[in-house]
Amino acid sequence: MPPRLVLHDITVFRGERLVLDRVSLKMHDGEALLLTGPNGAGKSTLLRTIAGLRRPDGGTMRWDGRAVTDFALHATRLAYLGHLDALKPGLTLAENLALFARHGEADLSAALDHVDLQPLADLPARLLSAGQKRRAAIARVLLARAPLWLLDEPSLGLDAAAIGRLGAVLAAHRAQGGMVIATTHVPLPLPEAATLTLAPPVLSLPDFAA
Amino acid sequence: MNTILFGLIGRELRLALRHGADTLAVLLFFLLCGSLFPLALGPSQELLRRMAPGIVWVCALLATLLPLDRLFGNELEDGSLDQLLLLGVPPSLVAGAKITAHWLTTGLPLLLAASPMAIMLGMKPADLAPLLIGLLLGTPTLSLLGGMAAATVLGARRGGVLLPLLVLPLATPVLIFGAAAAYAGQFGQSDLVELDLLGAFLALSALLCPLAAGTGLRAAAAS
Repeated sequence: MPPRLVLHDITVFRGERLVLDRVSLKMHDGEALLLTGPNGAGKSTLLRTIAGLRRPDGGTMRWDGRAVTDFALHATRLAYLGHLDALKPGLTLAENLALFARHGEADLSAALDHVDLQPLADLPARLLSAGQKRRAAIARVLLARAPLWLLDEPSLGLDAAAIGRLGAVLAAHRAQGGMVIATTHVPLPLPEAATLTLAPPVLSLPDFAA
Repeated sequence: MNTILFGLIGRELRLALRHGADTLAVLLFFLLCGSLFPLALGPSQELLRRMAPGIVWVCALLATLLPLDRLFGNELEDGSLDQLLLLGVPPSLVAGAKITAHWLTTGLPLLLAASPMAIMLGMKPADLAPLLIGLLLGTPTLSLLGGMAAATVLGARRGGVLLPLLVLPLATPVLIFGAAAAYAGQFGQSDLVELDLLGAFLALSALLCPLAAGTGLRAAAAS
């Protein structure tokens, strides 16, 4: 079976600094990949590049064998969980997520159920704790119903029980043929995940110039 | 795509409702700014009546600028911008929806407050029509220009200072023709040319500003 997502020699500069140096990876349906590496190794940048929030400065990204050019279409294939939870403090939890419930209200309460937030649905987001906000952001990932999940430190601020639920959610997603790419500094409940360790690139532009 | 567009606008309106003080601040700024003129120019009825259209227009322009730096700034700070850009619609549509909401929560209230202010400054109710039609065409243009500028400076240091410097020159044609239309009405001349031009500005900016703003949003998310 050909891989669903292929990255070939992805290179990204931030300003004049080389952040990602020819990163390549392949993802098949149901696979999980953990991105590890020290701070500043470019884990988040790689996730944002795969999400299409940032265009690579070199290399290609292919989906089903075809180069990704339509990023609005590409966005419908993925769900992205960033560092920030992207919740408006003034809106209730349900109102915050309503925009992302592309498949209706029932889907929204199901997603909230999965992260055990259904009883808090009508509470303003400003009253939620950090862990609850994180779980709300994970509910948004569920709502996208996308095959590819890009998770930037998904377990940040979660307690042991919530991490267990996250593991169940991730396992269900993979069982349905979904893919997960996650960055992490702590062990994540992702059995049989491949690991890609990003090292800070040794080459930078000043080195070239010298 | 339409569901997302209306969903976005609805979300913005709901946010504006929850933070009603923001909209109120714009209105109060508009009215306070306008009431400074009688204090500074003296209470001469004739002078104020003649200056009223210009005063209303300048105050409306300045009040429109007030909420601009938070228009996209909030979204960038709390990470919502990434999620909005990943909704699967073009960035220009996201920008367009935000700009529409900006007009509904800023331009529209200003339009409603313009009549009382113009009458307070001594304009005759019969002369109000050209002023209000001008504002109806002009305030959406100001929102569009402002939204474009806000998206362009998004993520830049000192964006809040840059913003008026970008918007004010672009807004001068709207100001000139908007005020001219109101004056033409006051002096019993035809105001059709000015209003036509305001309509043309609106049509042009409705087409171009969301595109430019969308590019700005994408650049801000990428940096």
